[in-house]
Amino acid sequence: VRARRLLLGFIAPASAVVLALLVSSIALLLIHKNPFTAFQQMVSYGIQGNSIIAIVNKAVPLFLSGLAVAIGFKMGLFNIGVESQYYLAALLAAGVGGALHLPAPIELTLILGTAVVVGASWALIPAVLKVTRGVHEVISTIMLNSVAVGIGSFLLARYLKRPTSASDLTTTTRPIPRSGWFPSLDRLFGIKNPVQELSGFLVVAILIGIGFYLLVWRTRFGFELRASGANANAARVSGVNPSAMIIKTMLLSGGLAGLVGMPHLLSFSHAYNLDFPTLLGFTGIAVALVGRNHPVGIGLAALLFGFLDRSAQILDLNEIPKEVVQIMQGVIILSVVVAYEVVRRLIQAQEVKATAEKAGAMARPKEEVTA
Amino acid sequence: VAIADRSLKAPPPEQEAPRVKRGLLLVGLALLLLVVVRQLTDSTELTSSGQFGSSLRLAVPILLAGLGAVYAERVGVVNIGLEGMMVFGTWFGAWAGWKFGPWWGVVFGMGGGAAGGLLHAVATVTFGIDQIVSGVAINILALGVSRFLSVVAYGPETGGSATQSPQVHGTVFHVTVPVLAGGPLFGVHKTPDLFGWFERRHWFVVSDIAGLLRGLTADLSALTIIAILLVPLTFWLLWKTRIGLRMRSVGEHPVAADSLGVPVYSMKYLGVVVSGALAGLGGTFLVLEAAGIYREGQTGGRGFIGLAALIFGNWRPGGVAAAAGLFGYADALRLRSDPAIHALLLFVAIGTLIAAVWLWSRRKRTGGGVLVVLGLLALYWWSVSDTVPGQLVGTVPYLTTLLVLSVASQRLRPPAADGRPYRKGQAE
Repeated sequence: VRARRLLLGFIAPASAVVLALLVSSIALLLIHKNPFTAFQQMVSYGIQGNSIIAIVNKAVPLFLSGLAVAIGFKMGLFNIGVESQYYLAALLAAGVGGALHLPAPIELTLILGTAVVVGASWALIPAVLKVTRGVHEVISTIMLNSVAVGIGSFLLARYLKRPTSASDLTTTTRPIPRSGWFPSLDRLFGIKNPVQELSGFLVVAILIGIGFYLLVWRTRFGFELRASGANANAARVSGVNPSAMIIKTMLLSGGLAGLVGMPHLLSFSHAYNLDFPTLLGFTGIAVALVGRNHPVGIGLAALLFGFLDRSAQILDLNEIPKEVVQIMQGVIILSVVVAYEVVRRLIQAQEVKATAEKAGAMARPKEEVTA
Repeated sequence: VAIADRSLKAPPPEQEAPRVKRGLLLVGLALLLLVVVRQLTDSTELTSSGQFGSSLRLAVPILLAGLGAVYAERVGVVNIGLEGMMVFGTWFGAWAGWKFGPWWGVVFGMGGGAAGGLLHAVATVTFGIDQIVSGVAINILALGVSRFLSVVAYGPETGGSATQSPQVHGTVFHVTVPVLAGGPLFGVHKTPDLFGWFERRHWFVVSDIAGLLRGLTADLSALTIIAILLVPLTFWLLWKTRIGLRMRSVGEHPVAADSLGVPVYSMKYLGVVVSGALAGLGGTFLVLEAAGIYREGQTGGRGFIGLAALIFGNWRPGGVAAAAGLFGYADALRLRSDPAIHALLLFVAIGTLIAAVWLWSRRKRTGGGVLVVLGLLALYWWSVSDTVPGQLVGTVPYLTTLLVLSVASQRLRPPAADGRPYRKGQAE
């Protein structure tokens, strides 16, 4: 039974990807482009050495974002606020990093600490509102996402912006000194002259992934977390304090969300500017859904999304709009949830059928007797 | 006998008149407060017809999204995808507006939004997946689809690009009421501008009201009129007709509705598709009335503000309209001068303090206490500063909603089965 479940678990994301390929093929056919050459080019471009580095670099923040969403999902909390939690965290961490010039370990600790604290504090607001006032976290995090945009652009314009000269009007924070740059893994893997370095944050992400697994599946807290998610009433009756769980979970989720912007900040941009990647929080929701809230699944999903992002770059050179990939991602999210739901219903129906057969087999001899 | 009698009595029908009266009273009080603040701070812009006119223009998209949310949530489907459906509305509205003319833009914009709504309905009603998840997915999908379509449709020869459409030529007609606001009548190009005359006198209260009325009667877009008419229409449809009762019953208690023969799935589909169409119309309004083109990121989270208006307006069309007006007003002030925005802070401070006293008198100490602190903070801020940054004014709708949710959540009444998936034949 377990093997069949596992198989069904893989069928769902696989069919979602197939459906996404189908929909994007139709989109491409409609504009008279050959979908097969497009996909072929994407794959052959995506497995080049430089692409793989880029894919991993793209996957790391998505992985962290997926974990941040997943820990909420595990207890039935929907943290849509990852988007603003990582945004404010990255902005303020960049501000702190740009203002300080300290030795590397201290500098990095302070930047990362700021990010985690800011993310967690911003997530604490919906948690407190939910616990004390019963405000649904989806609504409050949506509202706070928009509030954060206002606060962030105000802080950036008023306090954090690097003074500009007449010739340079770009809006950016002060650059973080070299001591606040995250080490790259290039030397470790013997990568020479890469187009883009391999961010050392990969190691951090893997460690966090392992920590996530241990926390959720191997500790008392994790058990209570999953119990609250599976059946909140049963968990409460057996002594889990739901308010405390909500606060703790949102703090963890927000803290993780705070790290989402860090790979880009500490390895690449070294400042917060208007080109800073956005929507990582929303994509994290997708990644968590596709990965079924398990670190391994989330990792694979993050790599898939990273692959799509990166390999789409080649399409523009061949006059195929690379935006087709965004459609693919949207379709994957929607169809993967639908597929999981369909699979769940199939399993349920099968179980009902099996039980009915068993019950029938047990009932039949009786009927014969009475007949 | 007495006990039996009481138990047989039907519960009192929902009282409409006091609710409306109270709502109007609140709006009136807010306006009065505004006038007082205007007098105290001497910033005439607060109640000028220009300010009210642009408030109305900015309120319409929020109103349409909010009304859309009413339809969806009244049939029990939470629609986070409003933002994405609005994006569809901007894209298709601009495309058809550019190709065939503004009214075709309206049709296609609504159609684009409705298509998004249909997708949401298929995912949440037929497949029963989580409504939030589906909404988030639609928002992401809308960004991708509109970007893709822009690349395909707006080549360099059209004057558009991957992120914006070419200019839409012309717009829907505009109306200025004759005599009252100086609009043309029977070919006479100039009629008296009664409200304008009163407004320019700067009389206490009188001129302010004239400003408000002139803002609401001058240079009205046909779409604005449609949007305003949709408010009573929605109320009538949902609360006074048979199909409206069926739709609402599905949002309150689908099992019971089903047992009485109401087609639950069809009602849900209807509500969600209408919701998408209205959000799409809101998007089209942005294209035709504000920018004249489609631009990426044009909706600026207005779908989400529509959701906020829904909550603030207690899931009712009249409330949504009031909320949209408030949010539109705050948005319009941002475009005005700094002193006007600064004066708004005093308005917020006094308003919050009054609300605090009211809560306090009803023995709601915690809520009252929170409001007192907030009001005093706003008052302090007003007294020590000269300006309020425009970026922060944009957060007003969201903060107001959070405040309402956390202070008055007991008074809010969403549909009972809102957000819960329903499968035919399920037990309670």
